[in-house]
Amino acid sequence: MWRILRQIARNGIRTETAPACGDALRVQGPLLHQEVLAILGRALTIRQVDAGSCNGCELEINALNNPYYNLEGLGIKFVASPRHADMLLVTGPVSRNMEMALRRTYDATPAPKLVVAVGDCGCDGGIFGDGYATCGRVANVIPVDVTVPGCPPPPIDILRGILTAVRRGTPAAVAGETHLRGEMR
Amino acid sequence: MLISRFVESIEPLPAPLPIRNLTVRSDTWRAIAKAVSAAGGRLLALWGSDRTRGASGVLVVSAAYALREGLLWLDLPLGGRSVNPPGYPDLVPFFPCAARMQRAAADLLGIIAEGAADQRPWLNHGAWPADGHPLRRDPRERSHGPVGEAIDYAFVRVQGDGVHEIPVGPVHAGIIEPGHFRFSVVGEKVLRLEQRLGYKHKGIEARFTELPPLVAHRLAGRISGDSTVAYAWAYCMALESVAACTIPARAAWLRALLLERERVANHLGDLGALANDAAFGFGLAQFSRLREDWLRRSQDAFGHRLMMDCIVPGGVASDIDSVTAETLFRQCDAIEREVVELRKVYDEHSGLQDRFMTTGRVSPELAARLGLGGLAGRASGQAVDLRCDQPHPPYHQLAVNIATRRDGDVAARVAVRFDEIFESLRLLRVILAGPDGGETRTPLQLPAKPALGAGWVEGWRGDVFVALELAGEPGANTIRRCHVHDPSWQNWPVLEHAVIGNIVPDFPLINKSFNLSYSGHDL
Repeated sequence: MWRILRQIARNGIRTETAPACGDALRVQGPLLHQEVLAILGRALTIRQVDAGSCNGCELEINALNNPYYNLEGLGIKFVASPRHADMLLVTGPVSRNMEMALRRTYDATPAPKLVVAVGDCGCDGGIFGDGYATCGRVANVIPVDVTVPGCPPPPIDILRGILTAVRRGTPAAVAGETHLRGEMR
Repeated sequence: MLISRFVESIEPLPAPLPIRNLTVRSDTWRAIAKAVSAAGGRLLALWGSDRTRGASGVLVVSAAYALREGLLWLDLPLGGRSVNPPGYPDLVPFFPCAARMQRAAADLLGIIAEGAADQRPWLNHGAWPADGHPLRRDPRERSHGPVGEAIDYAFVRVQGDGVHEIPVGPVHAGIIEPGHFRFSVVGEKVLRLEQRLGYKHKGIEARFTELPPLVAHRLAGRISGDSTVAYAWAYCMALESVAACTIPARAAWLRALLLERERVANHLGDLGALANDAAFGFGLAQFSRLREDWLRRSQDAFGHRLMMDCIVPGGVASDIDSVTAETLFRQCDAIEREVVELRKVYDEHSGLQDRFMTTGRVSPELAARLGLGGLAGRASGQAVDLRCDQPHPPYHQLAVNIATRRDGDVAARVAVRFDEIFESLRLLRVILAGPDGGETRTPLQLPAKPALGAGWVEGWRGDVFVALELAGEPGANTIRRCHVHDPSWQNWPVLEHAVIGNIVPDFPLINKSFNLSYSGHDL
């Protein structure tokens, strides 16, 4: 037990919060927290759906849970069922074999049903393109609010994508999807 | 031994490892399978190719065997279009792991293993008509037409008092890849697990034929994101073999640097996730922090956190300067110090060890019979590591120490990961302390005739294999066939055995301890 306590004490809190350094990673944390609180109350719940990715995007989405990004500390949580989710975080390209599962997951998600497509493949099919076995981008299968390009996008970009989707509120108010690259950079 | 003399009589392809290609007849196909099995060799991959051109040419089934003498790649021509459906001798009696590969070949090319017990479709979930085969060259035989409803899959039913089924997936509860698991259980005890995979099938092998050979390493690097370095290296090795090109020594050292960094990154992530699956959140917090530190240095040194597209045909995309080398060297020391401490915590934590030990056991005998490979194989007494068995440059100068255990449980797979982290950190420091400078890339001259090549690399999960055929028309050299093989093909079926008799809540832990690829398997 003492080893565990010593390790915890020695490492302290690694979550990146200090906004003074000017680097994007550090300012995003507190900003995001306020946004989430303002719009969704106490928490945002996300159901992640891998609809055919190479697993690269999943590695970076998983990284959001590490102490540096500390997603749960920001009031954002990944949940195990679409029925508990405010948002779907979908990676692609959508394979034909996952098309029905993705549609059903979308149908099972209660409003506001925000959808963020993560990665170049989710945005436009990426290097896999459209073929006999893929439907291409996520928006070809379900409505998408925000796309996060990158192969894979680093965790901080995924975090920005989530923030962008939350800012836009409910999909009913959304005329079309937002391309993160256009709005944020 | 007979098979050794036979193999050594074949001229190897120009590659850093001994890889030999041979065209055989049906009876030789079976005889070699039997001899390889008896000699303790492994079936590495089985796949089909369409080598027809208009009315001429044939369909071919190929097998790759891993032997002490190296890799033996057999081609068995199946006759022209007159034979329908074209068949070949079933390899399951010699190598049980052939079953799913044969079913995949049937889906993709319409070639059938004669007499195979299991003929259910594997990759085709109804996305294309059963009589259409997406890897056929004749568009009429591909039948890309409108797709039907997803087909029902005939799971094997377990019957008896109190037996019920738990279906899981394809969308899983965590942030992981999609696949379906059907558990037959009594109470909490798993009687049987049957997997259904193929949900991520996105036609990668067909896509290869649409890309120029000198660009397709980018696709290879996206077959399984966690093994991007291993796949890019294997593909580039195959392409360099086709072009009979030797990469500069510096490029080989840098490739090993990337590959060992990839191994450490994955092991760090897995060790955290494994503790988390045993409800020890401290482990996840610590190891995910170390993994993030590791990835950030990769970003600084190579411009990409996962090191995608760093390996290119003929060498590597860029070198590192001495300041970066120094930083990476120091990081190895820092990570090692932390992992040493964390290993003590894991070893002394009775709750964690209680979950790890005897859970999900695969005995060495079962592992050998089913062909369990890679990291999971080494945890079940299978002393197979390409870096030791066929030390190609630069591993011939590194003398890699293999990590093995014989218990075959989750604890053994955890222990092998710890050992391999320390060994990779040692290798990384040798590489980083070695001489730097020199060319990092050789221009490739692709031959103006049809040619074969193969690549074989020990990724963090196991050995990755790429078989490449170029069409070789002058001025327009295209990929005619690129088969990529993930070690998960061998290991997924063994996972079904590993969970028998365990309780359902231990499945995520056992599954994570194998950490197999869905994407690399489904293609």
